[in-house]
Amino acid sequence: MPTPAPPSDTAAPARLDVVNLTASYHGRPAVADVDLAIEPRQVTALIGPSGSGKSTLLRCLNGLHLTVPGASVTGSVLLDDADIYAKDSNPVEIRQRVGMVFQRPTPFPTMSVRDNVLAGLHLGRRLGRGPHDDLAEQALTKAGLWPEVKDRLKAPGGSLSGGQQQRLCIARALAVDPEILLMDEPCSHLDPISTLTIEDLIREIKETYTVVIVTHNMQQAARVADTTAFLTMPAVGEPGRLVEVGPTERIFSTPRQQTTEDYISGKIG
Amino acid sequence: MTARMPASPVRRGLSHRLAVNAVMTVVLALATAGVVALLVWILAYVAGQGLKYLGPVFLTQTPPGEPSQAGGGFANGIVGSVIIVGIATGLSVPAGIAAAIHLVEYRGRLARVCSFLTDVLIGLPSIVTGAFVYALWVAHFGFSGLAGAVALALIMLPLIIRATEEVLRLVPNELREASLALGVSRARTVMSIVLPTARSGIITGAMLAVARAMGETAPLLLTALGNDLFLEANPTRRMSTLSLQIFNNAITGFATAQARAWAGTLTLIIIVLVLSVGARLLSRRGIARSAR
Ligand SMILES: Nc1ncnc2c1ncn2[C@@H]1O[C@H](COP(=O)(O)OP(=O)(O)O)[C@@H](O)[C@H]1O
Ligand SMILES: [Mg+2]
Repeated sequence: MPTPAPPSDTAAPARLDVVNLTASYHGRPAVADVDLAIEPRQVTALIGPSGSGKSTLLRCLNGLHLTVPGASVTGSVLLDDADIYAKDSNPVEIRQRVGMVFQRPTPFPTMSVRDNVLAGLHLGRRLGRGPHDDLAEQALTKAGLWPEVKDRLKAPGGSLSGGQQQRLCIARALAVDPEILLMDEPCSHLDPISTLTIEDLIREIKETYTVVIVTHNMQQAARVADTTAFLTMPAVGEPGRLVEVGPTERIFSTPRQQTTEDYISGKIG
Repeated sequence: MTARMPASPVRRGLSHRLAVNAVMTVVLALATAGVVALLVWILAYVAGQGLKYLGPVFLTQTPPGEPSQAGGGFANGIVGSVIIVGIATGLSVPAGIAAAIHLVEYRGRLARVCSFLTDVLIGLPSIVTGAFVYALWVAHFGFSGLAGAVALALIMLPLIIRATEEVLRLVPNELREASLALGVSRARTVMSIVLPTARSGIITGAMLAVARAMGETAPLLLTALGNDLFLEANPTRRMSTLSLQIFNNAITGFATAQARAWAGTLTLIIIVLVLSVGARLLSRRGIARSAR
């Protein structure tokens, strides 16, 4: 595989390899036997019907899954060849390297816009207290939010519009300088204009980050993803499985599996 | 124009619903007015009786040696209440918040036991708490303000645990996950995200517990005992409190002592009211800061 030269301003993005992963809640697998390679500097989309385990799989990629009571995993997730579920791996460090943006915008309600952006750095004790306006500006610029909030840095994070809040959360995730960014249906609560803004943003940040995005919306997958993975479950109550993965165009034009074709042509889901 | 339309079953249903709605509105308004009137009556009565004697002398002097005499005040009781409840708050608030965090955020192994004990403590009559502290402490070391503070702390603790637990559960889990996902440790997430978000609710809960402790009398009879002779600010000795002095003066039967008791009652209500309003203001500031 040809490795492109890393850009000078950030570390090379990492790759992820999911190997034979099964994730369960209270002993019931939600997603089973997943093998998936996630390439650096690409957008990988996870699509599939509700309950097929897309969110669960995504949350396994930074270990957040195990913070849920009763959750367990078998198999491994290799972050640049180191298993994040190995005994000696440090979950806090993994989550610093693999950032995440959630379905619903989650600005911290007691913090200003600026403090929200810097929250990961302050609370992770990687940065002393202080204004650090330059760092906040960098992260907000990357998230395309700087022009809109540069005069409102002290306003509460919750005072922004929904789309701005979501980009604030992206800025917050990018501020800790992760190598990988996971996004769980980041546009599902947003209006079409905000959605397009965020999609543009995803295309931009994939130059420097590895991006994995869960989406319900197949047009969105087609618009932003280089690689698309399709998950589904054979029946309700059974664990989701990875059916097919490949370049997005191929998945949408000539799927190899019948279930994939049924899903993207709207017959199931 | 609607009157000309034939009365369909749907429309009859509507007028029925409107009638029920009107009746219920009146009933609820009356019930509310009744409750408010009762509260206002109590407050007005206490204020009327208390204001007869409440004044600088009452607030700065100790009671006269002979209860039938006029004059004197509850200065020692006010100081005692502040000190004893202050110590009880210092003991119970940190412990209660820590226990609630253990219950909600860590679901620790002690969680079930802790939750059960909280229920038991909440249901315990306060005189029993007083007797417990008497047997374990006072019987060995004598009466003291400190023993009273411990008894009050035991009464406040379960109230604070329950109130804090409730607000912690109201903090959306998404905020915790968002913080964890930034590579923030669990402990830091609790301290810097969860607790500040729940702050106003926790303050309100603590204030209610303080108000409750301010009025407690029975457990103090068995622990702090009371001291009407002089102003005692050393909590290792027996101490008076407002509630004890109200009790002692009210049961004498002398009009002079009862005047002091009423003034003490009004003072107690004012202290509790000031604390509650203060807590409201604090929590409103918290909400304003977190408002969207
Ligand atoms: N916190 C949880 N506890 C128990 N079961 C869960 C939890 N989260 C998800 N599940 C179950 O796991 C399965 C997959 O869910 P999820 O990963 O959210 O799917 P998707 O994101 O594709 O809709 C579902 O059957 C769901 O009920
Ligand atoms: Mg989901």
